[in-house]
Amino acid sequence: MFRLRSETSRGMALSAPATLYVGFLVAAPLGILVAYSFWTQNYVSIDRTPTLSNYGFALNDPLVRHLLLKSIWIAGLCTIATVVLAYPIAYFIAMRARRKTLWLLLITIPFWTSYLLRVFSWKLILGFKGLMNSALISLGAIDQPLAFLLYNEFAVVLTLAHAWAPFAILPIYVSLQKMDRSLLEAATDLGCTGFQRFRRITLPLTFPGVIAACLIIFIPTVGDYVTPALVGGSEGKMISNLIQVQFGAANNWPLGATLSLIAMASVGLVATGFLFLANLARGTIR
Amino acid sequence: MKVALKRIAPSLSTYAAVYLVFLYLPVLLLPLFSFNDGTIVAFPLSGFTFKWYLALSGEEALLRALLNSLFVGIASATLATSLGLLAARAFARYRFPLRHASEGLVMLPLVVPGIIVASSMLVLFLFIGLKPSLAAIILGHAFLTVPFAVSIMKSAFDEFDPSIEEAALDLGESVAGTFRRVTLPVVAPGILSSMLVCFTVSFDEFVLAFFLSGNEPTLPVYIWSQIRFPAKLPNTLALGSCLLAFSILLLVLAEIFRRRSTKRGTGK
Repeated sequence: MFRLRSETSRGMALSAPATLYVGFLVAAPLGILVAYSFWTQNYVSIDRTPTLSNYGFALNDPLVRHLLLKSIWIAGLCTIATVVLAYPIAYFIAMRARRKTLWLLLITIPFWTSYLLRVFSWKLILGFKGLMNSALISLGAIDQPLAFLLYNEFAVVLTLAHAWAPFAILPIYVSLQKMDRSLLEAATDLGCTGFQRFRRITLPLTFPGVIAACLIIFIPTVGDYVTPALVGGSEGKMISNLIQVQFGAANNWPLGATLSLIAMASVGLVATGFLFLANLARGTIR
Repeated sequence: MKVALKRIAPSLSTYAAVYLVFLYLPVLLLPLFSFNDGTIVAFPLSGFTFKWYLALSGEEALLRALLNSLFVGIASATLATSLGLLAARAFARYRFPLRHASEGLVMLPLVVPGIIVASSMLVLFLFIGLKPSLAAIILGHAFLTVPFAVSIMKSAFDEFDPSIEEAALDLGESVAGTFRRVTLPVVAPGILSSMLVCFTVSFDEFVLAFFLSGNEPTLPVYIWSQIRFPAKLPNTLALGSCLLAFSILLLVLAEIFRRRSTKRGTGK
């Protein structure tokens, strides 16, 4: 009994600093953001009379609605693109590759290099006078540089799909590794074709990994700042760019706080809806 | 069936090869063109030169940003690793109420969108009277890197055999002495690995530093200010290449230490 209590107190005491630090830095800013969202900016000072005007403005402003919906749209596209591109790689590493550790290392190394520089690099690749155009011209494939590569949604989705690749590959790889391989043999013995085996065993059993990958990618990409700012142009701007402007040049923190909270709530809502649908799909996929 | 498999296997490995090119193209592009004797990034390459690297040494603002980044990286990695060390020990060794909740909570910084962390921390820090500064960035980066520190330290403690601690206690060593003379040396490579990973994350982090740096930019914030100017492009490429090399070097070291820590802990 004494041992049990000392174990409890020791565990709690040791984990307290990290838990409290993270907890405080999650909860306190959230509280202050909420407070700010009910205040108003009065030129240089903040008017602390509580009001809903920020919410009224943000929810009715067409630009805010447009950027928010587009952020969710782009993040959704990017999630699908990343997961669809990543699944075969995860499958290859888990089922076919001989040197799994080496492959996993190769996949994760680019992730550890500067995100800012990787995005910047895509800008150089896709630019009007960039790498892709100059390579295609010197190969004789095109006469004029292609202008549609950079500064649009496509560039944002491509860049994000590159940046988040390991976050899709790893969860799917883990779920493939955990799968009981004897089920595949059983399916073959019972006369399944390769496609049927994949459709009825591999896919349903790796579904949780796919769902995890989707959420891990979707949630942070909605709020990505660097990629839309560098390769998005005016067409590819996202909600985070507007939030940054409120805290920077526009100097309207209450509105910035409101936008942050609305963005967070929307992400939460979409993620919850997605999980709900995923659970339904899981029932029917078998 | 066998035939179908054989047909699919080579196409899958071809896809894997193409995917690797996709992954590495942007990473290898910077060093390739940093040695190019031209000011635009386009084929054909015009000639080999070292001059962009030499030009870097004359930039005083760059040196200052580099020192800021080193300072922020070391300080935040130390803070995050200390928090991670204690928490990971608790998670690996003890059963206690709310353990799962607290394990989940410390992983939260990984999934919160960057812009929300950045804006909310700016608001919080100003609210409690902490002006945008290196100290603010350190606190922010420690928050972002705690999940990395906790998971690396947890794998170090998972492999750790608690019976050698018990042996030290039985032989009359105090609790603090056991920690210092038995536990710490065994998990030391894990600590180093965690320090290196946290440092790398902090060293490369942009959005939070962008919000929280007053007039003291870190290296990524400095790069951000440079990439708007096309004339500065070759310098930025050279600087970026140095950073890539540095990040990869740190990670290789971190991986070596991490492997050493898991080997040591099992007593083999």
